[in-house]
Amino acid sequence: MDKNVDISLTVNGEKITKRVEARTNLVDFLRYEIGLTGSHVGCEHGVCGACTIRVDGRIVRGCLMAAAQADGADVWTIEGVTETGEIRALQDAFVERNALQCGFCTPGMLLTIAELMERKPDASRDEIREYISGNYCRCTGYQAIVDAVEMTRGTMGKMGASAGRKGASA
Amino acid sequence: MNDIIAKNTGRWILDRPNSYIGRSVPRPNAPRLAEGKGTFVDDIELKRMVHAAFVRSPYAHAKINGIDTTAAKAMPGVVAVVTPQEMAEICTPWVGVLTHLEGLKSAPQYPLPLDAARWQGEAIVAVVANSRAEAEDAAALVEIDWEVLPVAVDAEKALDADTPVIHESLGDNLAWRRNADFGDVDAAYADADHIIEDTFIFGRHTGVCLETRGLVADYESSEDQLTVWHNNQCPHMIQNILATHFGLEEHRVRVITRDVGGSFGIKVHTFPDEVTAVGLSIMLKRPVKYIADRLESFTSDIHARDHRVKGKIAIKADGTITAFEIDDLTGVGPYSMYPRTSAIEANQVVNMIGGPYLFENYRAEANVVYQNKAMMCQYRAVGHPIKCAVTEGLVDQAARKVGMDPVAFRQKNFHADDSYPKKSAQGMPFENLSHEECMTKMLAAMDYEALKADRAAKRDQGIYRGIGFASFIEVTNPSAMFYGVGGARISAQDGATLRLDAKGNVFVSTGATEQGQGMEAVISQVAATAVGVKPERLKIITGDTEHTPYGGGTWGSRAAGIGGEAVAQAGRQLRIQILAAAAAMLQEDADTLDIREGVVVDDDTGNERIGLDEIGRICYYRPDTLPDGFQAELVATKHYVPRKFPFAFTNGAQASYLEVDTDTGFIKLLNHWCVEDCGTVINPLLVDEQIRGGVVQGLGGALWEECLYDDQGQMLNANMADYLVPMAAELPDIVCGHATSPTSDSDLGAKGAGEAGTCGAPAAVMNALNDALSPFDAKLTGMPFTPKKVLTALGRI
Repeated sequence: MDKNVDISLTVNGEKITKRVEARTNLVDFLRYEIGLTGSHVGCEHGVCGACTIRVDGRIVRGCLMAAAQADGADVWTIEGVTETGEIRALQDAFVERNALQCGFCTPGMLLTIAELMERKPDASRDEIREYISGNYCRCTGYQAIVDAVEMTRGTMGKMGASAGRKGASA
Repeated sequence: MNDIIAKNTGRWILDRPNSYIGRSVPRPNAPRLAEGKGTFVDDIELKRMVHAAFVRSPYAHAKINGIDTTAAKAMPGVVAVVTPQEMAEICTPWVGVLTHLEGLKSAPQYPLPLDAARWQGEAIVAVVANSRAEAEDAAALVEIDWEVLPVAVDAEKALDADTPVIHESLGDNLAWRRNADFGDVDAAYADADHIIEDTFIFGRHTGVCLETRGLVADYESSEDQLTVWHNNQCPHMIQNILATHFGLEEHRVRVITRDVGGSFGIKVHTFPDEVTAVGLSIMLKRPVKYIADRLESFTSDIHARDHRVKGKIAIKADGTITAFEIDDLTGVGPYSMYPRTSAIEANQVVNMIGGPYLFENYRAEANVVYQNKAMMCQYRAVGHPIKCAVTEGLVDQAARKVGMDPVAFRQKNFHADDSYPKKSAQGMPFENLSHEECMTKMLAAMDYEALKADRAAKRDQGIYRGIGFASFIEVTNPSAMFYGVGGARISAQDGATLRLDAKGNVFVSTGATEQGQGMEAVISQVAATAVGVKPERLKIITGDTEHTPYGGGTWGSRAAGIGGEAVAQAGRQLRIQILAAAAAMLQEDADTLDIREGVVVDDDTGNERIGLDEIGRICYYRPDTLPDGFQAELVATKHYVPRKFPFAFTNGAQASYLEVDTDTGFIKLLNHWCVEDCGTVINPLLVDEQIRGGVVQGLGGALWEECLYDDQGQMLNANMADYLVPMAAELPDIVCGHATSPTSDSDLGAKGAGEAGTCGAPAAVMNALNDALSPFDAKLTGMPFTPKKVLTALGRI
C-alpha cells in the first residue's frame, strides 16, 4: 500500500501541490515541508493550542488534522495573517501590553483571538478568558492577553487600568 | 502602565538625563515573536541533518541484561542505533555534587545508563534516522532484555532497611542531610505560651515549558568544532560541560541560544538525552536534531517541590514569635542533577523559613533521598513556595491561636523596615527589606476592611469566601556563594561589551540570556541610558558563546541585577571613551561634555556639539585628522559580580481572595494581589508581567499541578490533558504594586523579580482556603488543593 498521498491546497493564498506521508499531520507538513515555522508544536495531542491554524475559516489544531485531510482546503497560518495585515492591531497591542513573553504560544493564541473578535466582538473579559482556555500560555498568566484584546477594540482605557478594577465581590 | 522614575538618587545611572530606567518601553524582540518569526530550536534545519529518538525505560527500576538493535538497524531511513556502552566510549560520566553541600553524595551518571534504568522514562538507547518519525519507528524495534527490580518510590520509606538501595556504591538512599541549629529552641519552647505544629505537603510538579527541551548539534570534524543550537538558559555553562565530558577544548565548542519557548529553570540543567544527542553528532560527524516530545518532557524534564515538611512555631501569648523548627523530607529521583545538584531546594527551605520575622531560635533537619522517579532539581523560585507556605501557614495558625488578625500578627513580628542591615535567625544577610511598606501598600490596594465585610456578608448567605496573606523573602542576584564555591563551573559574574559603529549605533553583547522575560528590553534601557543614545540605536546580542562576554546566563533572578549592571558599567566606560574622542575633535575638556540622545553636548547647557555618527565617521575613516598620539577606542567591556552581599534578598507580600464551593470542593479564585520590592524597577511593565506569570505558576502548584505516580514508579498523568496547568478561564486578574529598596551592591540597584510571584502565591491561597473553611472543622495543608481533598477535609466524602 502506498504510504503517500498527493494533496493540493491553498496556504496563505498560495497554491501548493505536494506528496505527503499519510501519517504526517498538518502542522508538521506546514513546518517542515512548507517552511512555515510560525505554527508551533507544544503537546502533539490537541490540548495546548500552540499549533492553532485556520482551515476553511475555522481554527483547528494542526496536530490533530492529517495533512492529507487538508486536500483542497484553504489554510492560513500566522505568517499569512501577518502578511495581509488582518491582525496588525492585535499584534501591536500584544507588543505594547507585553501580552507575550517567550512567544511560543503567541501565533496560536492570536489566531484564536482573531476568531473570537470576528464571532463575538463585544466579548466580556470572562468570555475572552473562556475562549482562549484552549490555548495554554505558561509565561504571562493570561491577564495581559485579555488586556490586549480589549486594547485592540478600544474598550480598554489607560493601559493596565484593568488591574484591580474588578471589585472584591466580582 | 505607569513609569517608575526615580529622581535625585545619587546613583549616576538613575540620575542621567534622558534616562530610560523606570520606563515601560516595549521589547525590541517582541514584534518578531508576535509575527511568528522567532527562531526556536526546532525551526532550525541544516544540510544532512538527521533526527534522534530514544528508547526509554518502561520500568522505574530494571536491570539491562542485553540490548538487541538488529531489527531497528534494518529499518528504512535509520542511520545509527547507539547503545549506552557505545556512547560511554566518547563521553565521560558526571556526578552531581557540590563541595559546599557537605556530605552530598551521588552516583556517576552516564548519558545512557550502562547497567540499569532507575526511573520510568530514562533514555536507554538512541536511534538516529532521516526523520523523527522513522527514528521512532525503529526505536520501537529495539529489544532490551529487562530484569525488573524492586522499586524505591516513597520518600518516607527511602531509608528503611527493606527498601531497595538504588545505587549500591552509595550504601543507602540518602543523598544529603542537613542539620541547622541557631539560638536555643528548647529554651524557647519551655518559655512559650503556645507551640503549634503541622505537616505541609507539596506535590511534585514540573515546568511544562510550552516549547520542550531540544537542540541541534553539528560537529565538524575537519575543524574539531562543535556547534550546538540549544534552548538552554546558560550557554557558557553548557559549553563547559560539553567540552569537559566529550574531551574537547572549550574554544572548539560554540553554544547558541536563540528564541527559547519558556524555561522557568527547567532548561538550566544537564539532561542525559541532550548530551547523548550531542554525542551522536560527534559520532556521525553530521548535524543531529533532538526535540523532546511532550511525553518525554513529562518523564525526563526535571520535576520539583515534592517536599513533606513538619513545622513548628513557638509564640508568646501576646503573639510574639520566639522559635521555628522544621523537619523537611524530599525525594529527588535516582541521581542528583548535574551540575547544580538536587539538594539546593531543601537547602533553600532550611535557609529561609521564617524569613520576614524577627526571632532568634531555629532548628531544622532536611533529608534529601533517592527514589525511582524522574529527577528533581531547581525550578522557578527554588524552595521558596515551600518555605513560604510552611512559614505563613504556621503564622496564620498562630495568629488564630492568640485571637489576632493575621495582618496584625504579621505586622507585630516583621523585621521593621528601619532595622536593616541585619541577619536572619539563620545568619542570612538582609541589606534592606520592606515588609511593612509592602503590607501597607497591599492592604490599601485590596481594601482589606471592605473585603472582610464582603466575606462576612457572604458567609451569612452560606457562601464561603476566604482572605489569605503571605509575606516572603526571596533570593536574587546570587554571587559565587550559590554554586561557584562548591566547585560548579557556572559563572556568577557577567560581562558586557559595547561597541560604537561608524554610524553612531551601539552593539551590546551580554552574557545574560532571554527566554521571554524581556531581557533584551532591560539591557537596551540600561545601555541607552548609560551611553546616552536612544534604544532604537542599539543592537542587543545574547546567547552565543562566540560573541558574548563570559556570563552565567539567566536564572536565579540574576539577569537584570547582574547582567544589567555589567551593561551599565560598560556603557559608562564607552561614553567616557567616546567623549575622549569628542574632546580631541572639539579641543574641549571631556569633563565639560556629555552624550544625550546620540549627540555630544555641552554638559551645562545641553548645546549640541557633534553627533555620534560624525564621531564614528572620523574615528573609523579619517583618524588622520585627529591629534597626534590620540587613538580612539570605541569598544568597552566591563564585568560585574555582587561582592558586598552573597545574595540580594528581596521581599514582598501577596494576598488571595477566593470562594469555596462546599458541595463540590471547587475553589474559585476571585482576586490576587502582590506588592514586591525588587529594588530599582528598570521596566515596570515587564516586572509586573514577571510577577503575574510567576503568581500563576504558583497558583498552578497550589491548586492543580501534580506529577502523579503509582507505587511502581509509573507516572500516571504524563500528558497535558491530565497534568493540569492553569488556563485562562480559572484565573483572576492580579493586582501588582511595588516598594523600591535598591541594593547598594551595584550602581543600578536592581534586584531580581522573576520568582516573587511563584514564591508567595501558594501560601496565600492555602491561607485563604483555610480562612474560607474556618466555620467548619476543616483545614488543608497538602497541595495541590484538589476538590477531592477539600471535600475530604470537610468530611463530605
